[in-house]
Parts: sequence; structure tokens; C-alpha cells
Amino acid sequence: MSIWIPLIKIAVIIGTILNSVIVLVWAERRVSAFMQDRIGPNRVGPFGLLQSFADVVKLVMKEDIIPRNAYKVIHDLAPIISIGIAFSTFAVIPIGNSIELFGENVKLQVADVNVGILYILAITSLGVYGLTLAGWSSNNKYSLLGGLRSSAQLISYELSMGLSIIGVLMIAGTLRLDQIVELQASYIGGWLPAWNIILQPVAFITFVVAAFAETNRLPFDLPEAEPELVGGYHTEYTGLKFGLFFLAEYANMITSSAIIVTLFLGGWHFPYIENLGISPFWLSLLQVGAFCVKVVGVLLFFIVIRWTLPRFRYDQLMNLGWKVMLPLTLANVMGTGLVILAWPWIRNLLGLT
Amino acid sequence: MAEPRKIIRSKDLSFWQKIYIPEIFKGLRITLSHIFKKKSTYMYPDERFKPPASFRGRPVLVEENGEERCVACGLCSRVCPALAIEVQASETELEKERYPVKFEINMVRCIFCGFCEEVCPEEAIVMSQNYELVFNSQEEAVFGKDKLLTPTTRLHDRLEFLRQYR
Repeated sequence: MSIWIPLIKIAVIIGTILNSVIVLVWAERRVSAFMQDRIGPNRVGPFGLLQSFADVVKLVMKEDIIPRNAYKVIHDLAPIISIGIAFSTFAVIPIGNSIELFGENVKLQVADVNVGILYILAITSLGVYGLTLAGWSSNNKYSLLGGLRSSAQLISYELSMGLSIIGVLMIAGTLRLDQIVELQASYIGGWLPAWNIILQPVAFITFVVAAFAETNRLPFDLPEAEPELVGGYHTEYTGLKFGLFFLAEYANMITSSAIIVTLFLGGWHFPYIENLGISPFWLSLLQVGAFCVKVVGVLLFFIVIRWTLPRFRYDQLMNLGWKVMLPLTLANVMGTGLVILAWPWIRNLLGLT
Repeated sequence: MAEPRKIIRSKDLSFWQKIYIPEIFKGLRITLSHIFKKKSTYMYPDERFKPPASFRGRPVLVEENGEERCVACGLCSRVCPALAIEVQASETELEKERYPVKFEINMVRCIFCGFCEEVCPEEAIVMSQNYELVFNSQEEAVFGKDKLLTPTTRLHDRLEFLRQYR
């Protein structure tokens, strides 16, 4: 396989993420406005769609201020870490089945890694460095507090995130994300899609909660809780570097939604479509479309939740993480294991084939 | 005095409230229902707020048959708590005998209390429905007779309101 195909895939994925971040920011502002009986940005371009472009131009033109006592190298490095991690997580997510293009069988996945899930967990764990280093290098009390909070929060919720994935892994028996999706493309009893949300509801809920915490979205946005911490870890950032943090937050949201869709909502699987007899090429494209629709759905859920729930207090956050989520995920792993062990026996009992 | 209402926080939540997830969906139902409700925003430069007749906007002098009603008694100037009004009187051949040579309201000082309107024996100064006040300097904010005089036709709502409720 030539070197060009992966490069094109990378370019397409990064371009798509960057553009969807812009649309996502606009969508967030419009949806939140509608939920508060307002109208929201509607002046720049049709329906205000170009508002985010105007904001990007503004951010780029702004002066980049670095505090005198900041650690300059790390202050510059932190947003780059954040954004790099937000993009690189997307590399292993299969956005569709393989597709026949110019006589070559192209997998719709940038990197076909055989430890896909481990890669995601490892990379998202690095994300904490971006926030913590940003907080620390700014040499500002509030930034430091925000950075510390983010590290404590991310470490706490990483555990339940990892443990909730284990249930999925035990069912799938593989770490490859494309195979996990393929396994979900079957049917239980011939009609119910075997998506992991049905097989692993508890894992789904805990994973979604952990994903909210990992992306610092609202019920868990303590690292940048503005009433307490001014701006949290990015208090001392301006212009393009602040823009990078902003971009990273939204790119993280897209990546998390894609992971949720891949692991629990059947990935690119569009129920019953394979029986219609569409040609493989169009089938693959439709599946990519299905994946995008699902991701957009989860993103809207993220947005709507943000404007519905109030922020947790810090002790509530830790209580939820350690006293509720962790035991729940452990119990889920235990339960899944028992069911898998007893599965031959249950099957005989129910008379299934 | 009424006792302030006590906030009751129930400590014994039910099982479904404790597991929190149904409560999240209750909250979502409320917020999502608001998406489809009527918006309260005015798209300002295109769509302007038309105040009700009881609205106290910029005070103006009533102009009737090309002349101001004002007889320059100076009551408005005396009552103005912000000392925004300055009147200089002079004599005229007309029936009312006195008229203001100079009538100035400093719109930076005006607090829109409406006392001038209330005290005026001739109904010569009233609060209009105009709320768009923009100045570039302190001098520009002093409105003289040229800016204050407004024909009765344009003050119809307010005059009608005063007739009914005063």
C-alpha cells in the first residue's frame, strides 16, 4: 500500500474535525440560546453559521500575552499537547467498513492498531498533561488550582472509564476497534441489533459519565469553573493559544462521542441495511453516514446535558467517582464475567442454538 | 411582615431520585421543551420595542399649533431631583403671556423619574416613548428647544394615558 493513502486519511480526518469543531461551537451557542428562550448568533452568514469563523479570526489576530513569571517553554507547549492528543485519539476509530477505491481496498480507519482500545486509554490519559502543565506554568493560583483539579478528576474517572470498557472487551474478546464494531453488526434473536448499549447498559452509562468528566464538560467542568477559578487552567492564555485549548476541548468532545458510538452504539452499523442489496461501495458510504449521524446525536446530547445540569461540587465529584462509579463498574465486570461463564448452561436452559 | 418562605430540602429521597438518572431525564424534558417555545428576543435594529403608553422615555415639550404649551413657570426645574432642567422665561403677545426663551434638559443628568411631567400645570412636558439616546459628548447631551419640541400628534398615546390615569 502506498504512503499516500494514510496521509490522505489523516488530512481528511483532521480537516473534518477542525470544521466540525467550528460547526459544533455554533451549534452549542444556538442550542443553548434556544433552550434559554433566546435566539443566539444569527447575524454572520446564513443562520449565523459563519460566527465561529469570525471568532477564529478574532482569536488569531489577538495579542499573545505571556505572564512575566510564567515558565515560557511549558506555557507554549501545553496547548500543543492538548490539541495533539485530541487529534491523535481519532486515529484508531473506524469511521466505516473498508471501501473499494481506485482498485484498492481502503480501510476507513487511519491506523489499524491491534490494541485500539488500549491506545485510546493511553492517549487520553496523556491529555491531563496539557491541562496540568498549563495550570502550573502560568504561575497563577487559579490556574494551578484548575490544573490540579483537572489532574485529580481525570485520574479518578479514568479508572471507571477503563473498567467500563472491560465489560465490552470481555464480550468482544478483542482489542481491535474494527472487530468490536463488526461484532455489533449482528442481531440478537434475528431482529435486535447486538449493539453494546443493549448488552452492556451499565457500562454504557458509566462510560458516558466518565467521558463527560474526561472532556471537562459541564456537570464536571471543575477545572475551569468560572465562578471559583476565573478561567481555570487557561486563565493566563490569550489569542491563538487560548483558541487551541478551546479547539482541544471541542475536538475532545467529538473524539469522545466517536468512541462512545464505536464501543456502544454499533459504530458504522446501520440496522437492516445489508439486506437491501445495495452495492458495496454505496453501502460503505451509507455506513459512514450512519456513523456521522450517530456522532452528531451524541454531540447534541453532550450539549443539551451541559445546559441542563448544574456543576457538581468537588466532594460530590470525588464521591461519585470513587464511591459510585468504581464499585458499579467493578460489579459490571464481575456480572459480565459470571454471565459469560454460565453462557453455555443458560443457552441450554433456554433452548437457544 | 410576612415570614420569608422556608426552603425545605427533603433528606429522604426516594430510590429513583437517588440513582439520579431519571432526574436527569426530567431536567432534559424541561430544557428540551424550551427549545420549541417562543423566543423573547427582539432582533433590535430590524425589530424595535414599541413601549406601552405608561413607558417613561425621554421627556419632551408638547408643541400645539406650532407653539409650545409651556408657560415657563419653572416648576419642572424646581422639582427635578437631578437638576437637569433649565428654563428662562420671557413675555409674549399670545394669550398665555409667558413663554420659555430657553428650555434645556441635560439628558446625562435626567433620571427619567417623570416628576416634571407630574408637576406641570399645563401638561406641557411629558415623557415620550423614545428610549434611543446616543451622545458623543457632554455638550451634545444638553437638549434645547429644537430637540425637545414634539407635536401633539406624535404624543397621542402618552397624552391619552395621562388623561385616563391622572
